[in-house]
Amino acid sequence: MKDKFGLQRIRLSVQILYTILTNGYVYGYMQGKIYKGGLKYACVPGLNCYSCPGATFSCPLGALQSALNQRQIQVPFAVLGFFFLFGSIFGRFVCGWLCPFGLFQDLLHRIPLFQKRKQLPGHRMLKYGKYLVLAGLVLVGSSFLFDGFVKVPAFCKYLCPSGTLMGALPLLSVNEQLRSQVGGLFGWKLGLLLVLVGLSVKVYRPFCQYLCPLGAIYGWFNRFSLVQIHWEQEACISCGACQKACPVDLKPEQISVSTECMKCGKCMTACPVQCLHWRKIEKN
Amino acid sequence: MSFWHKTLDKRPKRGMWFLLFGIGVVCLVIGIYEGQLEDVYRKAVMICLECIGIG
Repeated sequence: MKDKFGLQRIRLSVQILYTILTNGYVYGYMQGKIYKGGLKYACVPGLNCYSCPGATFSCPLGALQSALNQRQIQVPFAVLGFFFLFGSIFGRFVCGWLCPFGLFQDLLHRIPLFQKRKQLPGHRMLKYGKYLVLAGLVLVGSSFLFDGFVKVPAFCKYLCPSGTLMGALPLLSVNEQLRSQVGGLFGWKLGLLLVLVGLSVKVYRPFCQYLCPLGAIYGWFNRFSLVQIHWEQEACISCGACQKACPVDLKPEQISVSTECMKCGKCMTACPVQCLHWRKIEKN
Repeated sequence: MSFWHKTLDKRPKRGMWFLLFGIGVVCLVIGIYEGQLEDVYRKAVMICLECIGIG
């Protein structure tokens, strides 16, 4: 497949630039400490563990769980505001273009090992896993799961591979005091990360497709978001090139409106008659 | 007409986008007014031991 417009190169550049911007606090990596400046008042759209020594902004999922961890129940207006703003503008464009852990999985999938698969067997059921994680670990878990007398951010604690990759590994590599406290929980999280790393080489973005609660949230916004890929049905010659190129195997009529579409733009690159293109949401 | 063709016909228009964006702005303003960004900041400037698999 030839990238006629260089769109996928642009996407890779955006992903790398965004990751550097949101995780580029070099002093933190060197000292094993985290950034404490004012930028951390704001959440970024993608998964962005704020315990990463390089993180310059806050993680929306971490912030949501932190709000749910409060002793008294409160509506997390600020975090909901971030979700609605990012979701209404981008939808799952965030996953395709702006998530550092998505970039990590994209790069792993480029490794020329194994025959590539778009989805896992049982995809029809497994794709609902991310909604289970959102409901079970993020919402219910963070509201009602206690460690002693303190509520725990259940998703971060038991699942988030981004926290292990971007937070734990860089911190533990330079901070001896933290290294001495490592126990079984870290073993579980490291094992999970390694499974996802191995799986990502063969399957396209397994974490995003099956486990990411952020993808579940932004997926709901997909059909309402400002950034849309428009399909001109009249111009379509039904060649199937877009579905073949789509990493999550969507038909042209599902592109952009499906909760699974990450708006990566590979369908636009593949279309021989350019009947798929970026467009803002339609006027009334 | 297939399910997806029907869905396409019901492709949301700009009004829905304005509504969702507006909800986002209102929620963020209320959150700022209630000092919730302070909570976000307080959590984000401490190493979250749970997040790195220690706590």
